Amino acid sequence: MGGAIAIEALLATQTLWHAGRHAAIAADGEPTGHAALDALLPQRGWPRRALTELLLPADGVGELALLMPTLARFTQAGATVALIAPPYLPYAPAWQAAGVDLTHLQLIDAAARDALWAFEQCLRSGACAAVLGWPAQADAAALRRLQVAADSGACLGFALRDRRHADNPSPAALRLVHTRTGDGTGVWQVRKCRGGPAPVQAFAPGAC
Amino acid sequence: MLWACILLPQLALDAVLRRLPDPARPLALVGGPAQLRTLHAVNATAAAAGLRAGLRLTAAHALLPEVALVDHDAQAESRWQQFLAAWAYRHSSQVGAQWPGCLLLEVRASFGLLGPWPRIEARLREELTALGFSHRIAMAPTPRAAHVLAGLRDGLSVSNPAALRDLLDRVPVRRARLPGDAGERLHRMGLRDLRSVRALPADGLRRRFGAAVLDHLARLYGDADDALTLYRPPDRFDLRIELGYDVESHTPLLFPLRRMIGDLCTYLSIRDGGVQRFTLRLEHAIAHTDVDVGLLAAEREPALLFELTRSRLERVQLERPVVALRLIAQELPPFVPATRDLFDVRTQQNLPWPQLRERLRARLGDGAVHRVAPTCDPRPERAWRRVDADDGAVAPAPPRPPRPAWLLARPVPLRDARLRLVSGPERLESGWWDGADARRDYYVLETAQGQRAWAFAPPGEQGGWMLHGWFA
Repeated sequence: MGGAIAIEALLATQTLWHAGRHAAIAADGEPTGHAALDALLPQRGWPRRALTELLLPADGVGELALLMPTLARFTQAGATVALIAPPYLPYAPAWQAAGVDLTHLQLIDAAARDALWAFEQCLRSGACAAVLGWPAQADAAALRRLQVAADSGACLGFALRDRRHADNPSPAALRLVHTRTGDGTGVWQVRKCRGGPAPVQAFAPGAC
Repeated sequence: MLWACILLPQLALDAVLRRLPDPARPLALVGGPAQLRTLHAVNATAAAAGLRAGLRLTAAHALLPEVALVDHDAQAESRWQQFLAAWAYRHSSQVGAQWPGCLLLEVRASFGLLGPWPRIEARLREELTALGFSHRIAMAPTPRAAHVLAGLRDGLSVSNPAALRDLLDRVPVRRARLPGDAGERLHRMGLRDLRSVRALPADGLRRRFGAAVLDHLARLYGDADDALTLYRPPDRFDLRIELGYDVESHTPLLFPLRRMIGDLCTYLSIRDGGVQRFTLRLEHAIAHTDVDVGLLAAEREPALLFELTRSRLERVQLERPVVALRLIAQELPPFVPATRDLFDVRTQQNLPWPQLRERLRARLGDGAVHRVAPTCDPRPERAWRRVDADDGAVAPAPPRPPRPAWLLARPVPLRDARLRLVSGPERLESGWWDGADARRDYYVLETAQGQRAWAFAPPGEQGGWMLHGWFA
């Protein structure tokens, strides 16, 4: 019977998921710079070669503070970080105070129509260590393209989007939603993470 | 060093003859003022009929009525000499074209690549014959000696300096290419060869003939260095392809474009240069459209240049049919290849940042990719600047109180009923020197949605908030 495939082979290629047992995921993520968040994520950091989605209720809730340690580490190591059509001006003194080496921070102006193209080009090229984009209009197919581009370019992609997209499915490897607890502090809730069930516990940036 | 001299005895005539279908027909170049037209040069058939250079035009017509006459272009000789210098540059890296009617090549360095002298000489002769230029070739250790020997006998070659001195000693004084009429005067004084000239007391010779003769002799014998101006290929590239038919869409232009870019890159690699800015000219029947391609750094990768040119070309509206393409590169700066670490950790990267940047700029516009740097101005809107160039590290800014990561391009009113004051005020009073006076109290506020806002109010007030940034 040529059609029969050994179940071990399917398990080894991770096409089959064994219910009730967590697949062993290598803790090879890119450290986020927040110990508490690293502990929550199955890969102990940002998933490499993948798209990470940050879902925000509004701009300015601490999304950059979450990414800043990673960006600072990349740029100080001489790797390029690209911002694709940021919604505001990155304020140079503040970024520098956060430890980002502005020599390696590249800003790319693009109209909404070209921004997705530029985002994909930067991800796919492999020339950037991390690429941040604001794909407001992206549908699932476009996100899928970004995810594939991040994989082929071996690069960290961050898509910052509005929280109303949280209920739509997304091919991103990691999805974080910014919510507020009862007492009003903002926390990051893991909505989806590849390689394990999403942790119930949220990450509170100010707590650690 | 060994110098080969290629003497081109009838450069202007050959330049005309090589484009004629039948070079054997009698032909003469005519020069001089309109009232006194004289023959400048004649070909072999015309010479056999008795024509010679310097003859009056009327006399030439009387001797040989069917002679074809071509106007002599005074610039043509130097232009063709430059053309042949470019040809000679393929055989040697040191080519001199400063003496009229001859080319000098340093050949010893080419032995390793092209073989010994007889093989090089045969090759030079073969290519010159194919180009249609009559020539005499000689080789000697000094350029002047090669020049003299080429005038004496075609094919003479001396590589040993001692043998050269013996040979030069026997050169008739009138054939030694002495400056001015010195050779003729020495001959009339009864001096027959260079040995007897060199036997004369040097100061007497200098008094009678000037220092130039002694200089010439010293350089001829190799006792003094001969400073030659070496030929350098021109720093521009210009290629035109006639399409032969009208083209009204982009796609048929791509094939000739790829060939032109390929030629450009071949030329660049020969010159070890790169290209930073070039123009693709789409020629129409009447006018032309220019497509400018500019790069931030010199490049010579054919695939990259083709992609860039293609994306620029595709943004051009072809309003009229294109009949010819022309590629003009005026600046060809030296090419500095990017150095890469042998143990680069990101070896799998398939497109380096400079190429990615050029691709982005090609589609999004020249100013699309930039960086930011802090400045020393205390006013937030002036505390940063754009950096368009791609080199140079960014200097650190002076320390300031906490600043927001996002800055709004211009402040907007912040209307929120449930603002919470987090910190402040920070009084900012500055800019009296350039007219953009600013007096503001900055506060950090928290909005109902949990955003951290950086807003200012007039001094002493806590209302009328103007949002200027987000602590993201």
